[in-house]
Amino acid sequence: MTPIISLDHVWYSYDGSPVLEDVTLDVFDHDFLGIIGPNGGGKTTLLKVMLGLLAPQKGRVTVRGGSPAEHRTAIGYVPQYRTFDFGYPVRVLDVVLMGRLGHIPGPFRKYSQKDRNIAMEALEAMGIADLAGRQVDLMSGGQQQKVILARALATEPEVLLLDEPTNHVDVRTEEHFFGILKDLHKRMAIVVVSHDIGAISTHVDRIACLNRRLYVHDSGEITGSMLAEAYQCPIELIAHGVPHRVLAEHGEDTGP
Amino acid sequence: MIDLLGYQFFQNALIAGFLASIACGIVGTYVVVKRISFISGGISHSAFGGIGLAYLFGFEPLFGAAAFALLSALGIGVASRQGEREDTVIAAMWATGMALGILFISMAPGYAPDLLSYLFGNILFVPASDLLLMAAFDIIICGIVALFYNEFLAMTFDEEFATIMNIPVERVYLLLLCLAALTVVMMIRIVGVILVIALLTIPAAIARQHRQSLHGIMAMATGTGILLTGVGILFSVLADVPSGASIILACAAAYVLSTVIVRARGSG
Repeated sequence: MTPIISLDHVWYSYDGSPVLEDVTLDVFDHDFLGIIGPNGGGKTTLLKVMLGLLAPQKGRVTVRGGSPAEHRTAIGYVPQYRTFDFGYPVRVLDVVLMGRLGHIPGPFRKYSQKDRNIAMEALEAMGIADLAGRQVDLMSGGQQQKVILARALATEPEVLLLDEPTNHVDVRTEEHFFGILKDLHKRMAIVVVSHDIGAISTHVDRIACLNRRLYVHDSGEITGSMLAEAYQCPIELIAHGVPHRVLAEHGEDTGP
Repeated sequence: MIDLLGYQFFQNALIAGFLASIACGIVGTYVVVKRISFISGGISHSAFGGIGLAYLFGFEPLFGAAAFALLSALGIGVASRQGEREDTVIAAMWATGMALGILFISMAPGYAPDLLSYLFGNILFVPASDLLLMAAFDIIICGIVALFYNEFLAMTFDEEFATIMNIPVERVYLLLLCLAALTVVMMIRIVGVILVIALLTIPAAIARQHRQSLHGIMAMATGTGILLTGVGILFSVLADVPSGASIILACAAAYVLSTVIVRARGSG
């Protein structure tokens, strides 16, 4: 099976300080992958490398066998909430329509009726079709997060990349949000990045820990040694507050 | 007032204000939402270098201004995209353009009689040929914005996502800066290089307080610009004060008034 996204021994550094070291990862169809790691561990950088926004100094990134720039319209990207200027004067539908731009040959890109229909379907999938004409700056944080996800869906992606999608929502909305992702997972692969272990570990099929180096595990279960590897600090500190069921039973704690 | 309308200079002034307000309303909206007011300030001040050069070699000052404005727009855009600190580049262009202008003018023979009008504007001396040039600039600006509306929207809202959508973000950004440069040149006749930044941003900022969509802001900013330049021109003639200053003060007063109204409504 050929992966949708493939990273082969990728190294990336900002101004000489390493952020990603020797990262190898394949994302397949039907994957539901969670990537956890501390802040500054390189999670957002990893996503940007996958999208071809950052070029690695060493190693190779392919999307659908080609360069990310060629095939990144196969990726639906949901960036971090705080990177947005939601004060921008724009309607919800217009934001979601931007997800169609990658499929329209330029220059002078104009939306067709088909583009509008796809954008409306994306809003319906998020359950906010009735808000299409609203201004984004008048919406709640949870609704805005759904708008960005709808924009990613409008690209008709084969894989969704989500960067800390539940950082700005309350626990109830978070559950609801992962319910939506579970639904979407029936038709596309999903990669969720988070520093919140508890939030994602109960939902994903496969988990990876990233702290410059990436440790991939083929189950959704988190073990103590995995955390120790990724965070390099006493597990008790991290595991505090994590739902008990996500941690391995005592004695099985043998690691990968 | 009715008598005034019979004078050619007054008609030209109103037409110039009208034409400049169209470009200003459209481009100023992008300048406000993309927060690039100070790039526009840098562009307008560096245009003064071109005006000086035109004095020295005896050609039309607005052409010199246009050349310098476009070059500095591209210079600021390219340098900041190459990782130079944008505010530093703006400051350098800003002062260098002014310095070149002063140098060229000092080297030119004789006295520069209408120098002040390029610094602070004098809409009451706009020749008819300038009106044609301004109309041409309006057509260029409206045409480009109509063609690239979705590209501009995507780039100004979220550059990163626009890049993923394979929009040539850097070129679209440079194109927007070039439109800002053309707009600045149109406005030099009206308010001068020093005051341009206020006329470019205030009508759009006022419209931003009352309109929720980009095209809605553009339309209202254009209307606001026409009204405020008209009020400024009228005040300038009646009170016999410089037109550039009275237009800018009309803008500032309207901005304060609009802000107070919006705040009062918000808390009421």
